[in-house]
Amino acid sequence: MTGAPEPVFLEPWHGQVFALTVHLNETGLFDWPDWAARFSATLARHGLERDLDGGADYFNCWLETLEMLLNDLGQAAPEEVDRLRAAWEAAYLATPHGDPVRLAD
Amino acid sequence: MPHDHHDHDHPHALLPPDPALRVRALETLLSRKGLVDPAALDEIIDTYQNRIGPRNGAQVVARAWSDPAFRAALLDDATAVVADLGFFGRQGEHIVAVENTPNRHNMVVCTLCSCYPWPLLGIPPGWYKSDAYRSRAVREPRKVLAEFGVSLPAETSVRVWDSTAEVRYLVIPMRPEGTEGMDEAALADLVTRDSMIGTGLAREPGQ
Repeated sequence: MTGAPEPVFLEPWHGQVFALTVHLNETGLFDWPDWAARFSATLARHGLERDLDGGADYFNCWLETLEMLLNDLGQAAPEEVDRLRAAWEAAYLATPHGDPVRLAD
Repeated sequence: MPHDHHDHDHPHALLPPDPALRVRALETLLSRKGLVDPAALDEIIDTYQNRIGPRNGAQVVARAWSDPAFRAALLDDATAVVADLGFFGRQGEHIVAVENTPNRHNMVVCTLCSCYPWPLLGIPPGWYKSDAYRSRAVREPRKVLAEFGVSLPAETSVRVWDSTAEVRYLVIPMRPEGTEGMDEAALADLVTRDSMIGTGLAREPGQ
């Protein structure tokens, strides 16, 4: 379980989903005990299938929890998220390498 | 941003992995609703990546080693003492300091998820978040400690503290031998992150 020092966030999106959650908690959209209870439940559900290593699978659980919570709060319906996700993918594929990627609309 | 791919068969921007696109989608949606300020997100990432980390906790421990009145106040009400030092905020709402002695070694886990005193230690390492540590720390702490290279005398009992969303723990490791006369800055260099979680000991001088 020990190892060499590791970066705080292994991938940029780990930091982004972490910051998004902390920010929404601070602005009062949900409280932290509610978040922790939901996140624990997601970890437990995924941990039944296999041992989670605390790395990428941890943040996959984190993102899944945030998506479900925002949907429950009526702030992000899955179809809306899917539409924007597809729009971002299209934007990346249409942007010349090296240029900043922006959404069309 | 630098990356390892120099594949000129792909003229478009590199497509991020699926979860990264889902995070972007959430960010966009919530920004459009006015619920998210993108500048605040950048500030949070910068804080945790560059400004908050175990050096904060090490300063607290070094001070507790050096100043008996500070140590007593810390053990009495760590939340207030730590807030006075400017280490407060997220995940630092209620901090309890637990002190190692020759008779008792303290070790911290979060069996449910990954609660951790962010203002003092930063973001937890991967192993703290792993199922293996979370399930085994309570069940077989001595075995886990041995894997971290820590072996304790038989007469030292091990107390494992389970963090929650409301209470987080900071372990005050034992002050190493041969550190008499060292100032707080030099002492803080001996305080490792793991020693404040209880999966390590403070370094000996020169170690």
